[in-house]
Amino acid sequence: MNDDAPLLEVRNLVKHFHVGGGLFGGRAGVVRAVDDVSFSIRRGETLGLVGESGCGKTTTGRCILQLERPTRGQIVFEGRDLTTLGEDELRPVRRKMQVIFQDPYSSLNPRMTVGQIIAEPLAVHGIVPDPAQRAARVRELLGHVGLLPQHARRYPHQLSGGQRQRVGIARALAVEPALIICDEPVSALDVSIQAQIINLLEDLQAQFGLTYLFVAHDLSVVRHISDRVAVMYLGKIVEITDRKSLYDAPLHPYTKALLSAVPIPDPALEAQRERVVLGGEVPSALNPPSGCVFHPRCPIAVDRCRGEVPELREIRPGHRAACILA
Amino acid sequence: MGVLLEVENLTTEFVTRGGVVRAADGVSWDVGEGETVALVGESGCGKSVSALSIMRLVAPPAGRIVGGRVLFKGRDLLALSDEAMRQIRGREIAMIFQEPMTSLNPVLSIGRQLTEGLEIHLGITPREARQRAGELLAMVGIPDSERRLGQYPHQFSGGMRQRMMIAMALACNPSLILADEPTTALDVTIQAQILELMKDLSRRLAVAMLIITHNLGVVARYADRVNVMYAGRIVERGTARELYANPRHPYTLGLLRSVPRLDEPRRARLDPIEGQPPDLTRLGAGCAFAPRCAFQVARCAVERPRLVPIGGGGHVSACWEAANLDRAVARSGAAT
Repeated sequence: MNDDAPLLEVRNLVKHFHVGGGLFGGRAGVVRAVDDVSFSIRRGETLGLVGESGCGKTTTGRCILQLERPTRGQIVFEGRDLTTLGEDELRPVRRKMQVIFQDPYSSLNPRMTVGQIIAEPLAVHGIVPDPAQRAARVRELLGHVGLLPQHARRYPHQLSGGQRQRVGIARALAVEPALIICDEPVSALDVSIQAQIINLLEDLQAQFGLTYLFVAHDLSVVRHISDRVAVMYLGKIVEITDRKSLYDAPLHPYTKALLSAVPIPDPALEAQRERVVLGGEVPSALNPPSGCVFHPRCPIAVDRCRGEVPELREIRPGHRAACILA
Repeated sequence: MGVLLEVENLTTEFVTRGGVVRAADGVSWDVGEGETVALVGESGCGKSVSALSIMRLVAPPAGRIVGGRVLFKGRDLLALSDEAMRQIRGREIAMIFQEPMTSLNPVLSIGRQLTEGLEIHLGITPREARQRAGELLAMVGIPDSERRLGQYPHQFSGGMRQRMMIAMALACNPSLILADEPTTALDVTIQAQILELMKDLSRRLAVAMLIITHNLGVVARYADRVNVMYAGRIVERGTARELYANPRHPYTLGLLRSVPRLDEPRRARLDPIEGQPPDLTRLGAGCAFAPRCAFQVARCAVERPRLVPIGGGGHVSACWEAANLDRAVARSGAAT
């Protein structure tokens, strides 16, 4: 395979959900959770996907994993369009794509020991059929994520939040994936533990050549871990570029507002800081605004923004933004 | 500025399957009139329990306040009758919780939830209460208040619900608001709106505020003074400026260093606090933070440090090495 080709390419992804029209005959509507999203991730790279709740970042991840079947668009992984594959053809591909969830407690089976949780994918995918070898592999994986062999006998409730997230990471690593979708992997953890997990994810990336799609709302964490960053708002990517350009010279007014809302732990700096506080709230994806979806909250919107859908266009080399004023 | 609330040696225990846990272990702190004070720490450090203890909302039989005093305007709340305490709760001291959906009644209209407290505490007529409720919604930035009063919590977004909680808290003109993680469940841009609103209202109405949070960043802009808690105790306190510029407890220092900051160059690697938070049923005789501490000395394992003044301005730290911390920091800074 050509090494220059991206590991993952998302092309014009659209995911609509139909709501209402059920038992109580509510009016049926269409939620445009993801509305024409395209991006690619190179091998070994980390793409940060940021946005507020309901912006479609998690749905994008689920579509990539084929946990949701996209309404339109292509998910090209290692050169194959996954949307054309059936369940049987997808199974071996699923091994290559793993996910780490926000809340490690609800994503680990409470009745299984840590050892069983990590061993399960090894057995299911027939990677290590021999039980004794499987136990050895579990010990090795525990070591990779900074846990001890004796943790294999514990149950999830006997572990702290940070340890549980390490188990979630070990389970994802077990099948030797190429791509890991990290969906808010540290936002449920205590501050002092978040940094441990971030460092661990970076170490593992270096050690195993992993590629990450890092979905999060915390812009400081995303800056730390990402090579490139995409900002989503109401189902669309409004800005995408490399880390440095996004944080040093953001182009979209939404990105600027998000950055300015991030608190800085320094009262002296905060006192001088001008803050762009956005008015209003994220509109419903059931009935998105006309023109630019951000225009009702945008501090610099002009008349044209109400009627014209801005195209995600290259404004500086490698830096694309969807704003007619950028 | 007079002292509004003075918490002295508050100790609250919970009986758990693992044994008795001292969720708050002899904590002392105060809030001045009109002042905004923060209580910062991670889950299980005792910050929420401290607030619940003040309101006497710790649920028996599992939890009980075993010692200390809570002086509010000079009266010990822990010694009041239940009836007298009800007069304080919601009227003189109000509370805002993290998750507004679970703290609002889903089957009562927004208007009814606002007017109930007004009628009970202020003894005003339903019509007057309705008018006041409309004013309150307008004050917290909810437009079209007449229509909004007839709606129900599920018709409000997360940010609107938190505005509604703030309106409820302000309803009876309290002198103190306890806000427990008021913005943690909200999106970043809404978080900024709510915090600015709270700051603005507390200034305008001269309400004192206790903000409980796990995020040191959130309170930097809003708190006058900050208390840092770890394992049921206060480990450091100071004015916000002093504490952030010159942290003198290794835990505070660790919290500040472990988060990536947008105002600083990106670091190649984060600097976490190693290890796990302690099991409160198995605390030893020494400093609870010692097992995770990069600065620990022999004494830390056997003798628990008390809060002692560092410099001036009310800055206190509970660390045997507090005086040497700035030199140690300089050394480790030079090493990296």
